[in-house]
Amino acid sequence: MTPRERESPTSRARESYVQDPRVQRPRTLTVLRTGPQTLVQDLGRPGNAHLGVPPSGALDAPSLTLANRLVGNPEHAAGLEVLLGGLSLRANASCTVAVTGPSTPALVNGVLRDSPLHLAPGDTLTLGAPTGGLRSYLAVSGGITVPTDLGSRSTDLLSGLGPAPLRPDDELPLGDPTGVPVGVDVLVGVRVPDELVVPVLLGPRDDWFDDPARRLRDGRWTVSDRSNRVGIRLTGTALDRTACRVGQELPSEGLVTGSVQVPADGKPVVFLADHPTTGGYPVIGVVAARALPLLGQAPPGTRLRFDPQG
Amino acid sequence: MQLRRCGTDGVLVEVDSLGEVEAVRAAVAAAGLPDLVELVPAARTVLIVTRPGGAAAARKLLTTVDLAHRPGVVGDEVVIEVHYDGPDLDLVAETAGLTTAEVVDLHTGADYRVAFCGFAPGFAYLTGLPEPLRQPRLDSPRTSVPAGSVGVAGEFTAAYPRATPGGWRLIGRTDAPLFDPRRTAPALLAPGDRVRFEAVR
Repeated sequence: MTPRERESPTSRARESYVQDPRVQRPRTLTVLRTGPQTLVQDLGRPGNAHLGVPPSGALDAPSLTLANRLVGNPEHAAGLEVLLGGLSLRANASCTVAVTGPSTPALVNGVLRDSPLHLAPGDTLTLGAPTGGLRSYLAVSGGITVPTDLGSRSTDLLSGLGPAPLRPDDELPLGDPTGVPVGVDVLVGVRVPDELVVPVLLGPRDDWFDDPARRLRDGRWTVSDRSNRVGIRLTGTALDRTACRVGQELPSEGLVTGSVQVPADGKPVVFLADHPTTGGYPVIGVVAARALPLLGQAPPGTRLRFDPQG
Repeated sequence: MQLRRCGTDGVLVEVDSLGEVEAVRAAVAAAGLPDLVELVPAARTVLIVTRPGGAAAARKLLTTVDLAHRPGVVGDEVVIEVHYDGPDLDLVAETAGLTTAEVVDLHTGADYRVAFCGFAPGFAYLTGLPEPLRQPRLDSPRTSVPAGSVGVAGEFTAAYPRATPGGWRLIGRTDAPLFDPRRTAPALLAPGDRVRFEAVR
């Protein structure tokens, strides 16, 4: 195939894929539309916080690893994290695709299909709006093989590492399939309940608050629309500092994913994968790792309370 | 030394000085804990994160750390070439009661060590700044500090790996490749490294 076609496959090129079996097809996907935000994500780049590099990676990692298993990929292969649907792709080679996370309509050439699904060269895949959560995960056989930054292909929106958010006409390179897709009868979608109950382990700075366990247990919050991959901002009960800590400065210290940080205004932030590596506000507790994938799916307006432990 | 729980797999070690931070960081780094995921020094703390089940070994190791121990002069010294023509050089000289040439002599004459990184990938907080150069941040931070800017703030000096907002007093700029995510060692400066600045015209 000519370089021109590789850069921008035209409808004529698409016909040649379909009609001429001798044409060597690039293992790529072409982005037609992205919806509000589509990012390349794998399991991130933990282990670099001492260099100021956030872990990043899929917010709902179990959904990404499930999608990868369905298409025969290793769990750490890079896929797409699609915020609120609207993604449309054209396959330039034969591939298998799985869409996981909240229930999300997947249409191949306009026809609704169940995952895992097959795409032939020239086929168009479009994702509708997810129900029950924010982020759908799309894995494709062979994985998306954009170059790595610090060993990961994840887009880190805080530090600008990894590939830029997808844009129309982007060509996504695919690796060679290494495993066999796994059939599945029914894929159960992730569903965020109307009220999330989030287990949180007190510390490291729970001593900055009066009776922190009771305050966390009795408080009621709502997921703010200012939430993103850096963190979930909560509106609702203000967590006030104990009197002797008011106005006190905390030298910046290391943060883990799931930290519930309480700025001076008392409105907690739960840090997600693209969190800063250090912060200067007290962390009252840390959300259990098992509860984080659902937090990454929680739409603004979701009610939330904490279940403090320890 | 106080240990604070930080999730199921994390320990936040709180100490009293940057020297003690370096003692803890160096001891944990040298121990080669098999389940260590993150080792993050900061101003008065070291965060240790392990794979599930690894926190107990980290806590046990911490009982053996000698906070008075200061790692010797080890490893290569990173030399960073600086054009001392920053927009706040005059302000820094005036605040210190020195000439700009004396500021440059002081800044290039000191031996620095990376205390910790943070704020942005590859942004290293260097200690060892001579007393007259320890100055407050600008009253009003800049919305964008150009990549390569070299500044001072409080007891620290640093070079900005890329353009970010910032309130440090800027005394120069460097072309040194401070951070490149495609390199095997992406950050030019990592905690514990020794650093010196050299003036170029």
